[in-house]
Amino acid sequence: MTNFVIRRIGLAAIQLVIVATIVFLLIRLIPGDAARAVLGENATDDQVAAMRSTMGLDEAFPIQFFNYWKNLLTGDLGVSLISGRPVAADLIVRFGNSLEIIVLAILVSIVVGVVLGRIAAIRNDRALDHIITGGSVLGISLPVFVTGTLLLLVFSVWLPILPPQRYVGFFSDPLGHLQLIILPVLALAATSTAVIMRMTRSAMLETLSADFVRTVRAKGVIERKVITYHALRNALVPVVSITSVELATLIGSTVLIETIFGWPGMSSMLMQAVTDRDYPVIQAVVLSASVFVIIVNLVADLVIRLLDPRTESF
Amino acid sequence: MADNLALASTEIVEKTGPVSRGIVRRLVKNPRTCISGAFFIIIVLVVLIGPLIYPITYREQVGIPLSQDGLLGTDDFGRDVLARLIIATRTSMLVAVGAVIIALLAGVGLGLLAGFLGGWTSTIIMRGSDILLSFPAVILAIAAVAILGPDLINVVLVIGVLYVPRFTRVVYAQSVAIRSAQYVDAERVNGTSTASIISRTVLPNVMSTVIVQASLSLSFAIQVEAGLSFLGLGAQPPLASLGTMISSGRDFLEVQPTMLIYPSLLLIAIVLAVNVLGDGLRDVLDPRRAFAR
Repeated sequence: MTNFVIRRIGLAAIQLVIVATIVFLLIRLIPGDAARAVLGENATDDQVAAMRSTMGLDEAFPIQFFNYWKNLLTGDLGVSLISGRPVAADLIVRFGNSLEIIVLAILVSIVVGVVLGRIAAIRNDRALDHIITGGSVLGISLPVFVTGTLLLLVFSVWLPILPPQRYVGFFSDPLGHLQLIILPVLALAATSTAVIMRMTRSAMLETLSADFVRTVRAKGVIERKVITYHALRNALVPVVSITSVELATLIGSTVLIETIFGWPGMSSMLMQAVTDRDYPVIQAVVLSASVFVIIVNLVADLVIRLLDPRTESF
Repeated sequence: MADNLALASTEIVEKTGPVSRGIVRRLVKNPRTCISGAFFIIIVLVVLIGPLIYPITYREQVGIPLSQDGLLGTDDFGRDVLARLIIATRTSMLVAVGAVIIALLAGVGLGLLAGFLGGWTSTIIMRGSDILLSFPAVILAIAAVAILGPDLINVVLVIGVLYVPRFTRVVYAQSVAIRSAQYVDAERVNGTSTASIISRTVLPNVMSTVIVQASLSLSFAIQVEAGLSFLGLGAQPPLASLGTMISSGRDFLEVQPTMLIYPSLLLIAIVLAVNVLGDGLRDVLDPRRAFAR
């Protein structure tokens, strides 16, 4: 186990180094001159030269690379080209806000998805199963921004239960904050719930027909215990692995959801940076989202290994 | 995990032979697959000949803004919504199909290369795929399109490249298994060239997985294109895409909700049809499921 943990963490570290290197190369791939791209066509040569120096593009390539790593390792993600503020300070707040809706959405998806998946597996091929599976096909076919906009139409315009309002922090107005968070979390959770439900159902069906479950039943264990302690527990491995995939998808979906609901997370920062060609901010967002995905995958692999010591992944 | 599953299904293909006979017959048996198949064919027809069936010239297309002129009304510029939906479907489908074709060709090629050459080639290709998969797709797509410039061709390229690893992985897993199969050894002994083994023995065996993967990727690609266009990074006005139509419908939620509802329902219906069709194809093409019935 220790050996596995060390090797798996080592792999994640290598992934981090490569991902960070690709993010470094990203703005150096801009066709033409990155500094001119930021300033626009009308900038004078002096302005472009000054911008090159601000962006650190006037140094030799290896020195640029060295400086990038030196800054990264000291937690310095550079300075916004537009506001002049350090990117890291803003990003931490924004990333926290994004994380809030991502974590809530995945918790909702896991609870609802596993419960529905369990019901559908037990009621295999009966009416309830068909209703749940049918609903899940619809669920995975809902593009997240469509769910978001339609929820907004229904709950803010047609039935003004959750009217659009300005963002308020949890600590200044807990109730107002909760009202704000309901729709984005629902929109994000719709698809993940369907995916997790499908995985739970098929994994449970597989374990329910396994030899060891037959043995457990033959021993006279009551059905409820068979399902909860034996079948569901063994079905969890693929569920954990699909949950990590969903978490990685959610961080992309939040960009759309935050734009729709005006949630002050990472995405408005990213979209503003895209409009302004604020490359340090774009780099920082891509890097932190990728770090998030790498860590999620690492944790998922470790959890799977704990649940099922036989797995020899990677 | 996925690799193991893919390996397991190859073994069964080897034991039972290719399952090409009766695919259509079994596909048609399922009513859900039938309905979504029919809808998908309609969509393909709309893409191919839509503007011929519902022809609207630029002058005729303009009416009173936000009115009920025409079958589905007009948008904020007074343009006929049905005509724009047809163009939007065309834009979205062409971008998605283009992206999937790029991903499929590159992914299958790289997967076969990695599976058959082994050694360093395979390490580089497969680790490269892993790295690409550890970027969140939508965020990387936004960044890449931002850097390359918002343009549909860039969207096709970016989605295409992001989906290459999905094909590479499944094809690699299968071709490794097939490479060491005894019938491939037999062909080698007979003096069949590697190119011929790949094209005549391996490709047909890998095809069913590739088709299923393609249908899954198509559904994702439609959604990613719509999402990027929604954010203003894909189709640029005045060109219509389902994403841009939904985005502009958002501004008129209270005045004319149909402007949002029509493109949203159409997008959901297309993705739903592709997903149900994909599920049906998987049931029919996946030998384990097919023979379990």
